[in-house]
Amino acid sequence: MSASAKKLPGAVEAIAMPFLNTLIAFLLSGLLIWALGEDPFYALSLLFDGAFGYQEGIGYTFYYATNFIFTGLAVSVAYHAGHFNIGGEGQAMLGGLGLTLAVFWLGDTAPVLSVIIAILGAALFGGAWAFIPAWLQATRGSHIVITTIMFNFIASALLAYLLVGPLQRPGGQMPESSDFPEGAGLMKFDELMSVLGFSFEQSPLNVSFLIALLMALAVWFLLTRTRFGYEMRVAGKNQNAAAFAGVSVPRVTIIALMMSGALAGMMGLNELLGEQLRLIGNFTLGYGFVGIAVAFMGRNHPLGIVLAAILFGVLYQGGAEIAFEITTISSDMIVVVQGLVIIFAGAMPHLMRKPVTAAYARLIGKGAA
Amino acid sequence: MTTAPAIETKDLCKRFGAVQANDNISLFVEQGTVHGIVGENGAGKSTLLKMLFGFYQPNSGDLIVNGQKLDLDSPSDAMAAGIAMVHQHFMLVEPFTVLENIILGAEGQGMLDHAKTDARAKLLGLEQQFGFDLPLDTPVSQLSVGERQRVEILKALFRGADILILDEPTAVLTPQECDQLFELVRLLKSRGKTILFVTHKLHEIMAITDAVTVIRAGKVITRVATSDTSPENLAEAMVGAKISRAVERAGQEHGAPRLRVDGVSAQSDLGHTALKNISFELFDGEVLGVAGVAGNGQTELLDVLTGLRPVSDGTVTLGQELVNSNEAMTDPIELRRAGLAHIAEDRLKTGVVADMSATENSILGYQREPDFSENGLLKLSAINDAAHSYFESQDVRPRDPSLAVASFSGGNQQKLVIARELARDPQTLIIGQPTRGVDIGAVTKIHDQITELRNTGKAVLVVSADLDELMAISDRIIVMCEGEITGTVDIQDADERTIGLMMAGAHAEATTEGAGL
Amino acid sequence: MKFSFFRMLAFAALVILPASFASAQNFRPVLLYDIGGKFDKSFNEAAFRGAEQFARETGIEFRDFEPNSETQYEQALKRFARRRADLIVAVGVGYSVAVRNVAEQFPNVKFTVIDAVIDLPNVQSVTFKENEGSFLVGMIAGLASESGKIGFIGGMDIPLIRRFQVGYEQGANYVRGDLEFIENYVGTTPSAWNDPIKAAEMAKSQYARGVDIIFSAAGPSGLGVINAAKDNGALAIGVDSNQNHVQPGFVLTSMLKRVDLAVQQAMLSAHGGTWAPGHQVLGLPEGGVDYAMDEHNAALISEEMRTQIEAARAKIVSGEIVVADVDGGNDGH
Repeated sequence: MSASAKKLPGAVEAIAMPFLNTLIAFLLSGLLIWALGEDPFYALSLLFDGAFGYQEGIGYTFYYATNFIFTGLAVSVAYHAGHFNIGGEGQAMLGGLGLTLAVFWLGDTAPVLSVIIAILGAALFGGAWAFIPAWLQATRGSHIVITTIMFNFIASALLAYLLVGPLQRPGGQMPESSDFPEGAGLMKFDELMSVLGFSFEQSPLNVSFLIALLMALAVWFLLTRTRFGYEMRVAGKNQNAAAFAGVSVPRVTIIALMMSGALAGMMGLNELLGEQLRLIGNFTLGYGFVGIAVAFMGRNHPLGIVLAAILFGVLYQGGAEIAFEITTISSDMIVVVQGLVIIFAGAMPHLMRKPVTAAYARLIGKGAA
Repeated sequence: MTTAPAIETKDLCKRFGAVQANDNISLFVEQGTVHGIVGENGAGKSTLLKMLFGFYQPNSGDLIVNGQKLDLDSPSDAMAAGIAMVHQHFMLVEPFTVLENIILGAEGQGMLDHAKTDARAKLLGLEQQFGFDLPLDTPVSQLSVGERQRVEILKALFRGADILILDEPTAVLTPQECDQLFELVRLLKSRGKTILFVTHKLHEIMAITDAVTVIRAGKVITRVATSDTSPENLAEAMVGAKISRAVERAGQEHGAPRLRVDGVSAQSDLGHTALKNISFELFDGEVLGVAGVAGNGQTELLDVLTGLRPVSDGTVTLGQELVNSNEAMTDPIELRRAGLAHIAEDRLKTGVVADMSATENSILGYQREPDFSENGLLKLSAINDAAHSYFESQDVRPRDPSLAVASFSGGNQQKLVIARELARDPQTLIIGQPTRGVDIGAVTKIHDQITELRNTGKAVLVVSADLDELMAISDRIIVMCEGEITGTVDIQDADERTIGLMMAGAHAEATTEGAGL
Repeated sequence: MKFSFFRMLAFAALVILPASFASAQNFRPVLLYDIGGKFDKSFNEAAFRGAEQFARETGIEFRDFEPNSETQYEQALKRFARRRADLIVAVGVGYSVAVRNVAEQFPNVKFTVIDAVIDLPNVQSVTFKENEGSFLVGMIAGLASESGKIGFIGGMDIPLIRRFQVGYEQGANYVRGDLEFIENYVGTTPSAWNDPIKAAEMAKSQYARGVDIIFSAAGPSGLGVINAAKDNGALAIGVDSNQNHVQPGFVLTSMLKRVDLAVQQAMLSAHGGTWAPGHQVLGLPEGGVDYAMDEHNAALISEEMRTQIEAARAKIVSGEIVVADVDGGNDGH
């Protein structure tokens, strides 16, 4: 333990830096709010009160976080294999489609079975949607960043077509499907708590949060404990070394991207099977892209991703609280704050590296003296 | 000694973390001379050069240029002080013409055309003055390596450099190109330029320099006039003690053929023909050296032998098994299982994953062996034990396998790789650049290990750009040029000049004739 | 730095108390906008003005909220329902499922939903006969067109917007038999409401094909059409609110959909105790739809045209003219 203090400070690296970056983003946001003539401290208190101040708020916070865990993990699995999967959005849409089809197929006759099939369906469809860009990358060298982005558009168009066509709610105006059959949905957290003998306010939080945590654990296990995870990381970091080690880079690319797509696809569990109970045209709402920021902020480590996802959950839910309570702070303003956090914590993670390293060195120097 | 020295350093120190790369370096280079700096890889030459050129800033000590004490914060400061550097790896934009490359970064303001016209006039003057004959409007991509180097030198002169630092300028040149370079250096000197000539090849020092400074382990060991020293003295200063061979080569009898390469052709990554109809055999109990200027097919040869590159024609046979033909290629994992180990020539590019831990790297290539993984799961404790035993057996330092490979020195990285590849007692070893970027102490040990493998009946193939190394450890040397084998020599008959000519493309017959003259 | 940090903590501790409606008033109405925002110069803005009107008349404040995603529909509804709002008015077709879900959960809260039909005992649904209003502006377009080509640009391609289109075409054909129609829809997802750039491109293309008047039923996207009208020296017809002033002289008229009236009525009736669930359809007879005349377009529409239009209005009100609707237009779902 004491030896680790001498080494590069892992804890400082993993916790202090993202924290500092977030703090900077909050400070800037505070200035902005102050410039709008509102009290930034009041806004901050609303943010935390909205996110953690009452049970329903907590429920919403973790409900949003669930989406981000899925999409963040999706980005990170691809990243470990050396690829930048920007297609989380489209893969989530297809995952939603997969689970919807499963639910409509079996929901009336066997709701419980349909939910199980739906979970598999979400993963399967999401994975299949990632397969095409992965295959193009592996065999044709088409860059995954480009193809996955394009597949987002295709997914969106496909869903729009189905939801104003064969899947549209009869007589409905919006691009959304009929309601899922009775019982074909995931258990809500409040229901789960009441089964266990506790009471919790109603909220959209559902057991897919637990599934998401399970997936984080699974990803951690995959990366650190399995041979495929090892080979995947080798391929991601050094393709020549992968070839040297007898690892087929195309194969790893395809499998990793499909796992990534499956994780993104499972986002639909939370949104659709957990809360909306119908397929909505654009239910992904950019969560696939937020997953990129979450993955980077979480340093592509499953635990980091869970924590970053919760932070983004706080921003979403607390941000809504601010928009509810302070009418001069519009919802656009909340988007700006979220953007600042993404920029500082996600896109510029090394901003504070120098000062932090210097401060740490001084601290250690003093400690040793 | 009426004029101030061109470059003088006083007690220059540079530290990287715990490593003292330069320790009180005092250098003294007179105006208008060629000054050699020699030292083994990792002795601290590069660090010193980078300080002279403003890339690094010293932790302490003074740098005095033409009598003026300077603080160089960047390469542009160095250039302003008249110091230019010709890097080992050229800093040229290949699709640009010679002229465009030379004015790159010095285009001045406004219209490019004016800059070009002005530069052309100035360059023609310089070319005449220094006897260059470079086609200014030809893209650099069409020039030979030697010509590119001259472009770099012309670029330096164009910027008004009076002090030229040549960093290992001969590493990429054929012996004949080296001669041309030496002529140019002499001409530059006669025109009053000061040249810092950095190399680890002693005969070059003897041939071209006026004085020489020897650096070892970050310290100046000696500074002498070239006329007062000998290659033996310099070598001793560089290495610290006479190189002694701990393991003697046993008898010359080699065993059965182990690896047979028959009429092999292969393509480079860019689709050019990199190997042309290569044939040779590697026997048990011998070290076969492969010599040649870098980039003449050695890399592709290594790939073809280790299951990384399919042949386009011909066959590779390991023992009795066909392992590479245009029908099928045995993958590296199967080759390892068949007793072939591969120490990659470019460690960081191929042999290790630099930012993964040493522990993780110690199973690279062997991750599917049943003692390291089972049912798709890694056996972490077995892997840990293996890493520790590798560190132990090769004395890898610091002894912490949890560190990323990138944080080890080149020599210790190589030790880890060697430990990994030797762990399964392979019968055949394919080794690329066994001591590249390895500190001198480790070099001897690696050479000894290779010799010992040979003595115990293993078949070893070594590709190296360092001819001295091959001469020291090989039983036979094959020489490659432009993808062909231009000669095979037994070590008793080998001399550097003959091999040098073969490296430049002269075939064995021709050289015999030449030698006869 | 240090001081302000503690101040922040102290402040945070102090203000963490359940947020509540500040005033002591008894009646608490809430207005929830659709995506597109409060000041979209169109649909949402009309709703806002209706609520404002109510506030002016009664002196009762109202709360409002702009969701930035569809997930927030339900979140906002629940939130205000839980805080015991007396009436929640949700405007926009997107609210239909969300209002249904929340209204089932909160049977004691009154909901008024505009543009959607929900059959629950605590929900009042208000829809409009946009086809009737569109008939009148279609007549105007038919009468004013010189090229004989008129255009229609819808926002999201849904039956609700198709209803505008069919009414428009019937009205135009009513006054003139040789007209050519060109219609486009901005998209098939809710983002189609918020894409003025794409709408402007479509308008430019229509103008280039000889269209001289475009009716846009596209929410905020319609602003792109109006700007394109100005750029091309052509005419546009606004929608929902009176948009004649947006580019005076280039907006022929606006098809008024009196969302403001509906909102104001809902709030007033709930306040006065006469609020009743069920489905109200507001057409020409009820004054729910109309066309806009003001100083900005007075020069564009002649007395003669007005006479014809008013005659047609009378016939629609009397039932002599029946303006056809799209299938499933004003039914529940």
